[in-house]
Amino acid sequence: MKTLRITFPYMGNYVHAFRGLLEDLGYEVVMPVKPSKRTLDLGVKYAPEFSCLPYKIVLGTYLETLPKGVDRIVTSGGVGPCRAGLYASLHEKILKKMGYNVEFIVLEPPLVDLKGFYKTVQELNYKNYSLWYIYKAIKRNWRKIKALDTIEQKALFLRPRELTKGSVSAKYKEVLQYVINAFSEKEIAEAEQEALKQLDKIPVNLEKLVVKVGMVGEIYVLLEPSSNFEIEETIGHLGAEVKRSMFLTGWTRDNTLPGKSEELVSVKAAAQPYLPELIGGHGQDSIGNAILYIKQGFDGLIQLAPFTCIPEIVARTILTKISQEHNFPILTFFLDEQTGKAGMETRLEAFIDLLKRKKLQKLERAKGGNIDGALSWN
Amino acid sequence: MELYLGIDVGSVSTNLVLIDEDNNVHESLYLRTRGQPIRVIKEGMQILKEKYENKVSIKGVGTTGSGRYLAGVIVGADIVKNEITAHAIATTTFVPEVQTIIEIGGQDSKIIIIRDGVVTDFAMNTVCAAGTGSFLDQQASRLNIPIEKFGELALKSTVPVRIAGRCTVFAESDMIHKQQLGYKVEDIINGLCEALVRNYLNNVGKNKEILPPIVFQGGVAANRGIREAFARALGQDIIVPKYYNVMGAIGAAILAREATNGQKTNFKGFAIADYNYETRSFECTYCPNHCEIAEISEEGKVIGRWGGRCPRWEVI
Repeated sequence: MKTLRITFPYMGNYVHAFRGLLEDLGYEVVMPVKPSKRTLDLGVKYAPEFSCLPYKIVLGTYLETLPKGVDRIVTSGGVGPCRAGLYASLHEKILKKMGYNVEFIVLEPPLVDLKGFYKTVQELNYKNYSLWYIYKAIKRNWRKIKALDTIEQKALFLRPRELTKGSVSAKYKEVLQYVINAFSEKEIAEAEQEALKQLDKIPVNLEKLVVKVGMVGEIYVLLEPSSNFEIEETIGHLGAEVKRSMFLTGWTRDNTLPGKSEELVSVKAAAQPYLPELIGGHGQDSIGNAILYIKQGFDGLIQLAPFTCIPEIVARTILTKISQEHNFPILTFFLDEQTGKAGMETRLEAFIDLLKRKKLQKLERAKGGNIDGALSWN
Repeated sequence: MELYLGIDVGSVSTNLVLIDEDNNVHESLYLRTRGQPIRVIKEGMQILKEKYENKVSIKGVGTTGSGRYLAGVIVGADIVKNEITAHAIATTTFVPEVQTIIEIGGQDSKIIIIRDGVVTDFAMNTVCAAGTGSFLDQQASRLNIPIEKFGELALKSTVPVRIAGRCTVFAESDMIHKQQLGYKVEDIINGLCEALVRNYLNNVGKNKEILPPIVFQGGVAANRGIREAFARALGQDIIVPKYYNVMGAIGAAILAREATNGQKTNFKGFAIADYNYETRSFECTYCPNHCEIAEISEEGKVIGRWGGRCPRWEVI
């Protein structure tokens, strides 16, 4: 049987696990390249003007990959009334019109339609591997995703505390390769341990006063750094620790296992008083996570949303109310095709300044006097 | 005398101030950037050089504004700070009880909410430049009225005229429409002032708790028409500080004093007015990001680079 060539959208570090899984299923993977200015240019040129940034980046990615010869594209659908669920069909239409004869396989979340999901998996399994084999392949690559998430979270913690600016980012990039190159579960676990060990060797100041910022928003702009001007790295370098509400390990669990993860159930519960309805996309998660961050004593919140994203627009208006009720600073960024990072940097810097001064004031009040000198931002 | 230098390089104006230990302003320059920040920084330094070289000692320098990094490497800044923090520091120094700062400059407008002397919230205009100085400038020149007289004229208005304020394109077509129908120019200008204020309060000021004392600063605060329109819309007195148009620069100078705190400054001296600066930009081809890198050199030596998404070009 001819070996099919397959590709998929680019999304953060996870592409390495997707690649592993599809290779296990007998595909030749045409790796998508990290989205660049060229990707966006292509996407903007062929996408409807009012579609959102993720749509344009993903279309641009396809247009960069397809000329290399691709038989199939595998992508995800969506839940609820968010137009991202229709994006695969629209992408397919545009690509067909442009003359690319490529087959789309859209994985809908299994909880919505288990039978349909099984059918899609069987379609993907064109070499008819046994279910046991597929289960093992998923388990192995799932372990890889978990390792990638763990390492990323470690980097987010260390970055604001590093003694030399840029040392964490450089080392992180290096140690990611350990996990990317690992194959078996045992190798992945070892690579993960080694990566964490290497990261721990970076000189840091753990005593340093650091503000903690939660980050919520639409999944693509949260997970793909090239779509958000590498905001997590920028915040880290400004001396704040970022906790992202969404890691693939959390999201996939919520949408695949009937039991649902402990964490996500409480997100939904936390959002209830403000937004009891599922409005599509990740609007409800943004609200729920904001409340959870407040409860966990975070100093502030950043919301990332593609320009014209309805679920996040709805979430934003509610977040404004939450911000007032809880005296909790929230900053929203609507992301579009603009390439100027300066506007974002100015706002981020001012926002982190605000959080730092506010935290210091709170600490001073708590201690009933001046604590200058006892604590340091440096 | 020991002074601190603050420089605010904005899109429309570049401001330089000299303050002393007690926040007395000894010099304030308001220069037009005219799209050439380097030239105007040198021009400002030349003016200061002629007046102050060998007479004062500069103990610290701070830069702010959208050109703050550029200015920072040229003069040797001790601190480079965003304009929101800089404005807030300056205003809380001069009006300690301030709770709301309205700042409208050439290309941006912002609101800063302050409680107990600390910034608790802020917003900047994101989507458009309607309601900023540049649009007023443009309309003044279209009507052939000097910008300095623009605000005064609005005060002469007797009949309210409604102008669409959401977008400058709509505002302009509305103004032309009214003018062709024969409305008086002062009424149209007043209508424009009110439209800009409405736009500001509905966009930048949306969902913000605007409590007095309210301080209005930035270049547009010179416009009495806008000032009065704010007072009417908010039902509050509007305070315009003496140095309203250079508050960012004053904030940068105060921050420089805090940053140096008696230590030696990085200031390169007034001599930089005579140095030769050159800029160039290129596209980095090391990875698919193709970052646009901008580079500045002083007397042939590279002193700064920007625009990369990775640190490759940051090391000089």
